[in-house]
Amino acid sequence: KTPSQKKKKEKKRKQEEGHPEIYPLVLTTKTQEIFNCRIDEDITDEQPYKLINKEDIFEDLRNRAAVSDFHPVKKIVQEYPGNELLLVYDKDFKYGLNFYLIGTEEGKENYLNPPEVSEEQEEYKEYIPEDVYIYKPPVSKPWVSLGSEKEIEEESVTESTKQITYMISRKRSEFGAPIKFSDQNASSVKDAYIECTAYPDKNFTLKQLEKDVGMQVIPQIKDISTQTKWTYPKNATTQYYPREFSEEEKETLKQSKPLVDFLNNASISVEIALQQNEITNTFIDDWKHLAEEEGTFGDKTDTHLKEYQSFTDLHSPTEKMITCVSWHPTIYGLIAVSVAVRLSFEDRVHFSGKLLLQPSLILFWSFSDPIHPQLMLESPDDIFCFKFCPSDPNIIAGGCINGQIVMWDITAHADRIENVKAGGSRSKKATLKPMFLLEPESNKEAMYIRHCAVSSIENGHKKVITDIHWLSDTFEINRMGSVFENRSGICCQLVTCSADCTICFWDIRPQKPLTPQTTEKKKEESIEIPFDVPSTFLHLDLSWKPLTKVRLSKGETSLDHCPTKISLKEDHLLCKTQDKVLAQSKTAKAEEMNPYHNLESRMPNLLKPIDDFCTKFFVGTEEGEVIYTDWKMEKDPETGRLMPKKPVSLHTIHDGIVHTIQRSPFYDDIILTVGGWNVAIWKESVMTGPLLQSCCAPKRYTSGHWSLTRPGVFYIGREDGYIDIWDLLEKTHEPAQSQNICITMITCIKPWIFSPKQQFIAIADYYGTLHILEIPWTLSRPSTNEMTSINHYFEREVKHLEYVEQRKKIREQEKKEMEQEMAKKKVKIYQKSKEQMEAELKMDYESYLELEKTVLINLGLIRVTEKGSYSDVM
Amino acid sequence: MNEWTKTDREPDPLPSSLPGPTAPGLGEPQAEVEETLKRIQSHKGVIGTMVVNAEGIPIRTTLDNSTTVQYAGLLHHLTMKAKSTVRDIDPQNDLTFLRIRSKKHEIMVAPDKEYLLIVIQNPCE
Repeated sequence: KTPSQKKKKEKKRKQEEGHPEIYPLVLTTKTQEIFNCRIDEDITDEQPYKLINKEDIFEDLRNRAAVSDFHPVKKIVQEYPGNELLLVYDKDFKYGLNFYLIGTEEGKENYLNPPEVSEEQEEYKEYIPEDVYIYKPPVSKPWVSLGSEKEIEEESVTESTKQITYMISRKRSEFGAPIKFSDQNASSVKDAYIECTAYPDKNFTLKQLEKDVGMQVIPQIKDISTQTKWTYPKNATTQYYPREFSEEEKETLKQSKPLVDFLNNASISVEIALQQNEITNTFIDDWKHLAEEEGTFGDKTDTHLKEYQSFTDLHSPTEKMITCVSWHPTIYGLIAVSVAVRLSFEDRVHFSGKLLLQPSLILFWSFSDPIHPQLMLESPDDIFCFKFCPSDPNIIAGGCINGQIVMWDITAHADRIENVKAGGSRSKKATLKPMFLLEPESNKEAMYIRHCAVSSIENGHKKVITDIHWLSDTFEINRMGSVFENRSGICCQLVTCSADCTICFWDIRPQKPLTPQTTEKKKEESIEIPFDVPSTFLHLDLSWKPLTKVRLSKGETSLDHCPTKISLKEDHLLCKTQDKVLAQSKTAKAEEMNPYHNLESRMPNLLKPIDDFCTKFFVGTEEGEVIYTDWKMEKDPETGRLMPKKPVSLHTIHDGIVHTIQRSPFYDDIILTVGGWNVAIWKESVMTGPLLQSCCAPKRYTSGHWSLTRPGVFYIGREDGYIDIWDLLEKTHEPAQSQNICITMITCIKPWIFSPKQQFIAIADYYGTLHILEIPWTLSRPSTNEMTSINHYFEREVKHLEYVEQRKKIREQEKKEMEQEMAKKKVKIYQKSKEQMEAELKMDYESYLELEKTVLINLGLIRVTEKGSYSDVM
Repeated sequence: MNEWTKTDREPDPLPSSLPGPTAPGLGEPQAEVEETLKRIQSHKGVIGTMVVNAEGIPIRTTLDNSTTVQYAGLLHHLTMKAKSTVRDIDPQNDLTFLRIRSKKHEIMVAPDKEYLLIVIQNPCE
């Protein structure tokens, strides 16, 4: 049965390929006989099929079981719905076996019917001519699935879940109700919003690897806009140079007739107007000009200085005198005083051991505390003069008795003294205790502040420094004395004069190190500074040398001028710069850097020299001379060294030491000098003599100062404790007022302006007491025309001096002439003869006798009668 | 050249003040201009004199350039304003002279159709 098995496999294959309802069978001849489907007998070509009953098949199957040819299709027969199955003779072995069974009714129908159709088709083909196309409408056929509906099912979108329906309703009454909107911060309310935050999705980041860019060169364009106030548009033009006529045009115009006519006509009226003005001033208000002063504040009759306060240092063991006084430039109510021991030179030497133990001090007094000084600045020896630095009131420079300059920096303590206010003890510290309760150790408020730097002993002055000034911050000088502009903006140079007949200029900035050797030397000598001393001037300490030295020599003699005070050109500006200093100090605080703590070294080569700077200044000496000299050095042609120039003028006016030379705060060139027993006022350009020289006063003058507000007023202190107030508008030959202040000699006078209504004057005396007095209204308030009047006065004086000069010349000439005449006369006299001389002598004798007689008659010693006889004789 | 000297001149209202160029044909017009201006300048207290044309461009001046230009420009405007004011009030009236008195000086302006003569004087007291 193996071939049949093979055939079955083939059948199965074919079954799968083709029609599934066709089941090939092998029918043996015996089966064929049973079912009457013998080949070529029952089944012919015309009828290759046979319908077989199902029952017969079942019977056959029962009869022959497995041998039956219908066995393989038993199941199909059982499942067959109909009664008759179609058995078809497969002549061509199309399905592999000689018979096949169609397993479905449809198949049976198909087999039975289609051959007819095909036959019909063939018949149709025969009958229809080929060129005519007969439209055959499409016949709907049952759709045969080829698997495409599955694709469609896959692609189609169907709702996977059921749709949810919401119905939202509101109450009818709520429709149309007023709505109130409010703002709300979405993040504050929970769940008020749902956020879909963006996140970088790497799927969508594309890196652009190529970019198409086009470039073109264009002229540069700038777009600027600004906000302006634009009320309404209007035309505006700008012209930055005026229209002018050229010279030729002017000439042609001048020659034109209309101009000439115009001028002739116009000049008439113009000249009338000019003359009117010359005749009288029609606008003058006589009533207004009658009164001199405006409404005054305070009692007009009060002309005395009123005592305000006085300060004395009660803690010092020895008696001290005040040598110099200075008001603090910015802080109200603070005054600094330098005290020195009141001993003569011999006593100083005698007690020098004892003196070393006591500190020499500058005391800071405040109006709020008359007993305790606010600050005490310590110095190596007695200070005879000191000054606050104009650019920074925390820097103080003082001149010592031993010739050293001492520098202090009180920046660290500045806040202590700043909070001091005058009048009333608001601070908890200031309490007035009785004297016996005070102990020196309880003086916690005043601190001893050590000095920052001292100048070099060998290179500086050798004797006491008598005057010290800060140079203005607008210029600086170099070794030659030439003036340059000052770029640092601060006062950095000092000038001192001393009893060793020199005037030195000092610079507080560090010098550039010359050679490395010197720096090594300095390292060896470096001394550790105490921790509480600021290091502002450390570079100067003990090594500070003066920039230039000017020696005031008298020429060939060894005795030189000993300067006591000097007055430089711009000093008077320092009085008026209170506001400037305030502004500067405020800005200095705003910046963190204090320029004095970062002093840079000088740059002498980079500075621009100032031309036309007057380098001359006044010097007052110990002998009472006033010298006007120049600080610029010049090269001596013989020796080649730098020599100071010879003084321009020298006047010996005063009989004693000149202790005040001061420029007027109102005039650049008016200088007041006080010395000995008189006062002199000078004008800088007039070198013939002083404008005003007072006569000798009964008492010696010991100090002086201009008034700060009235140009014609100055104060002179006397040795008996009186202060003379001079008013040039009132009297010029003697003081206008005199007032007693204290019992001893006045050593220093310093007025100060606090407000337009309050002015103080500080007067220091020989016993160490500082008196503060208030200047009354009359002395502080200038009258309306005071400045012009004083101007006129000085001009008159200048003219007077010129006149005197001229007269001198004339007088000299006259003198010469007179001398010549005298000489001639003398020559004549010798020519007289002896006889003439005798005759003359006789004449003289007779006239004498007559004279005698008349005198005796007048006296009554000779009788009158004789007189008559005499007259007869005559 | 000589025709202009006498015929067009008006008679002097103040014979004392003006010497005037009486001699006919005396000098050129330039010299006359100069002389008039010098005369004005020599009055007591006169600080400066200038002649300005109708547009405010200075023609002759005794002051420095910047001051002149400033005065000319400002006073020209002021004169125009004053003139228009006078004429607005009364159209048959006209401005003949303008004097400005200040604290320090007095400025006198003599206007004309084509020119302005400005004199600054310090009425010294």
